[in-house]
Amino acid sequence: MNEKRKNSTRSGSNFKWVGEVTPRPDGVDKVTGRARYGDDLKLPGMLHARVLRSPHAHAKIVSIDTSKASALEGVKGVVTYRDIPDHPLATPPYPPIIQDFHDLSRNVMARDKVLYDGHAVAAVAATSEAVAREAIKLIQVKYETLPHVLDPFEATLSDAPILHEYQFTEGADPDTSKPSNTFRTLSGERGNLVQGFSEADVIIEREFSSQPVHQGFIEPMACVASASEDGSVELWTSTQGHFVARGLLSKLLNLEISKLRVTASEIGGGFGAKTTIYGEPVAIRLSQKTGRPVRMTFTRSEVFRATGPAAGSRCRIKVGIKSDGTITAGDAEIWYQAGAFKGAPVGRALDTFFSPYNIKHIRAAAHDVCVNRPKVAAYRAPGAPMATWAMEAVLNEAADVIGIDPIDLRLRNAVKEGDTSLKGTKHGRIGLIEVLEATKNHAHYTAPLGRNEGRGFAVGYWLHGGGLSSASVILQDDGTVNVATGSPDIGGSRSSMRAMAAEELGIDVKLIKPIIADTGSLPYSYQTAGSRTTYATGMAVVNAARDVIDRLRALAATKWDIGVKDVRWDDGHAIPADKYEGEISPLSLKELAEVAMKMGGAIAGHSEINASGQGAAFCAQLVDVCVDPETGRVTPIRHTVIEDVGRAISPDYVEGQMQGGAVQGIGWALNEEYIYNENAQLQNTGFLDYRMPVASDVPMIDTVIVEVPNPNHPYGVRGVGEPPLVSAPAAVANAVENAIGTTMSHLPLTPPKILRAIGETIPEAAE
Amino acid sequence: MSKHFVSAIVNGDEVEFRCDSGETLLDVLRTKLYLTGTKNGCGTGDCGACTVLMNGRAINSCLVLGAECSDMSIETIEGMAVGGELHPLQQKFLDHAALQCGVCTPGILNMAKALLKENSNPSETEVRFGLAGNLCRCTGYDKIVRAVMDAAAEMRARRT
Repeated sequence: MNEKRKNSTRSGSNFKWVGEVTPRPDGVDKVTGRARYGDDLKLPGMLHARVLRSPHAHAKIVSIDTSKASALEGVKGVVTYRDIPDHPLATPPYPPIIQDFHDLSRNVMARDKVLYDGHAVAAVAATSEAVAREAIKLIQVKYETLPHVLDPFEATLSDAPILHEYQFTEGADPDTSKPSNTFRTLSGERGNLVQGFSEADVIIEREFSSQPVHQGFIEPMACVASASEDGSVELWTSTQGHFVARGLLSKLLNLEISKLRVTASEIGGGFGAKTTIYGEPVAIRLSQKTGRPVRMTFTRSEVFRATGPAAGSRCRIKVGIKSDGTITAGDAEIWYQAGAFKGAPVGRALDTFFSPYNIKHIRAAAHDVCVNRPKVAAYRAPGAPMATWAMEAVLNEAADVIGIDPIDLRLRNAVKEGDTSLKGTKHGRIGLIEVLEATKNHAHYTAPLGRNEGRGFAVGYWLHGGGLSSASVILQDDGTVNVATGSPDIGGSRSSMRAMAAEELGIDVKLIKPIIADTGSLPYSYQTAGSRTTYATGMAVVNAARDVIDRLRALAATKWDIGVKDVRWDDGHAIPADKYEGEISPLSLKELAEVAMKMGGAIAGHSEINASGQGAAFCAQLVDVCVDPETGRVTPIRHTVIEDVGRAISPDYVEGQMQGGAVQGIGWALNEEYIYNENAQLQNTGFLDYRMPVASDVPMIDTVIVEVPNPNHPYGVRGVGEPPLVSAPAAVANAVENAIGTTMSHLPLTPPKILRAIGETIPEAAE
Repeated sequence: MSKHFVSAIVNGDEVEFRCDSGETLLDVLRTKLYLTGTKNGCGTGDCGACTVLMNGRAINSCLVLGAECSDMSIETIEGMAVGGELHPLQQKFLDHAALQCGVCTPGILNMAKALLKENSNPSETEVRFGLAGNLCRCTGYDKIVRAVMDAAAEMRARRT
């Protein structure tokens, strides 16, 4: 085992708490079983809900008869699409989340058609889980099956079955008169491709494909809804954003926002999939109909069939390079499976292909295509990993062809401050060059390889999220502090919020207890998603702490009867100006907390912001794999992640994000995929057959934290969570290519594909 | 349908419960004994989140029936810390940041406890294979493996 790593290039700092390892505030509850997740809330009289799901990939619903289920002893309520309000096409999107409520209503509960295996059709609430399970079997649904389509490219052909008769391609050229499975094609171009390719000495053109993969969080979706006769609703749910959930639910179900109070439970992983709603509206309707609290917890099979996944893809890419390594042109096109409703991450794909590089002539297009699969949800850097894989694979091949070191090739073309991405983002201070240099200087890059081993390299780009965040910093009368945010803590963000508040206030982290406030207790906060929380919510916490300090300075000034300008804050104390030295003694935060209760009242600081300026981040990975030529099995044996995070507030949890993203990428590249039968029914609906990496599949994951501080954040934060997944599948696939000496273009790289690639005969059982 | 009457020892306490034939130990722990620290990640024995100890052996509580637990001794996560003091494994998981969302943590801690009972000085490979039935999607396992090995060292040191 490697020694605990000390190889980060973290800059020295004068901070006391920021960048230090401190005991995590929610840690003890999580190692003792106390922490309460979505399914851990029990309310008096609580009913248990179950959902009936479609066995068909595409069918008209002719009729639904729920009478037998309703009559079963113990069944208290049944809902179908009739209980979920419909919303007309082109309902204005609900800011700040862009969501088509016509689609959302139909995804929550199928209306006229079922569009994928697992599509919800009806639900019951009963006195026990067992009765609820029995009851859904008694619901009779008559279907008229329709032809289905699973592949995003096939879905665009003229004879493909059409999922939505009302959907016409936005911006289609030239024909928009016929309904289409393509919701829209986004494209962008700059320069002159013909000129760019004519300047190239080497042109490489390849095609790629990938299968949908699931976010694979361990805690299934779970919530408890409790509706009151007065129209108010309380909801406890496992979500990445309870304010967003509230917004979606209030609009979907016509509830007043102030009467819908949502509490975020502890969340057992989300990775993007818990940024939307699934069972919550159904649980609320069942609770409204029965007058009792209703628990809705999905089974693992429901999670696979009806939530997530990330889009599968088809992609083609063409890149031109001069023999000195200058990239002259790039042209890429990707077809993403949106699933049953539009919403594939096409914008991010477009922004990802060429963004690490300064290329004059580029064009990219991305198609958002509906197919008979569950509607895709965000998955850690949505849209980026597959586009990155295509570009990085081609660059690695080009480096081989022209005989240049692959990192030197990137360095020659790397984007810098002042460069502009295809989407139009003008970069501020960014750290790609620092990341590439740290990678090249790492011992891993030149370590010798053994027989059947190969090394892969890739770099990824992600434009972090900013957006709406709120925070309150509440000084309690004993001098301890609560920091309240509206951002669910998925991977240790409470630690970082606490560290930043402690740094500002000048007190020990032990005196600060961070909490996640419910939607009635704090203004709007966007989701924990897009690597935005430490940046945006952290900024709100810093602002709120500074607000507390301003109030404490004012309080001290009043008490001392001097001007507030003559009071400064330092190391947890209000300190009078030098001219009062000897006359007035400083007051500590704890002393001022007591003073406040006798003078002007309790002290708290607040901040509500719409953060911007988060900027871009880059993550490189080095991966060694060993390929068994007899079985085709690929074993990752060494893995290093190098990322510019701006500043690591909680370095141990920053490393954890880098390691976790890397291993998700290993799974994406080697094992994970949705497998359907000829009727488009999902075949691998459990963890045994949807094989995510286990501890014995992977090596230690080394990390190098690069810190090029972001000038727009008080502590230089960029973000960390998404980039490690952006470049991981590309690096793993590249390592396999290097080990077997041939290109691999279809993920996952399963043993049969490897054996075929190296010309081995494949045993029948492996096919 | 008649119910089974079961008396068992859970975390050292005598408990009695009634359950249906189809109810699993996981159901009983979570819904009858309100010990919700044991998590349900799949219900099919694939993820290990519901791992508890049964007469000292690590089992998936979703694959054991409540009715099978008569006179058995069950240890859950709620019983791991004793008298307000964390078990070395719990402490090392905190020290090494070996958890992120924390939902797999109770199962992994129980599995590691059983592993260290069998093998007080496991290699990295032995820890990895010992925990191969417990899925974690957040951490990539690195810090979990380090925490278990460090806890093993600490437990060995305490014994000598």
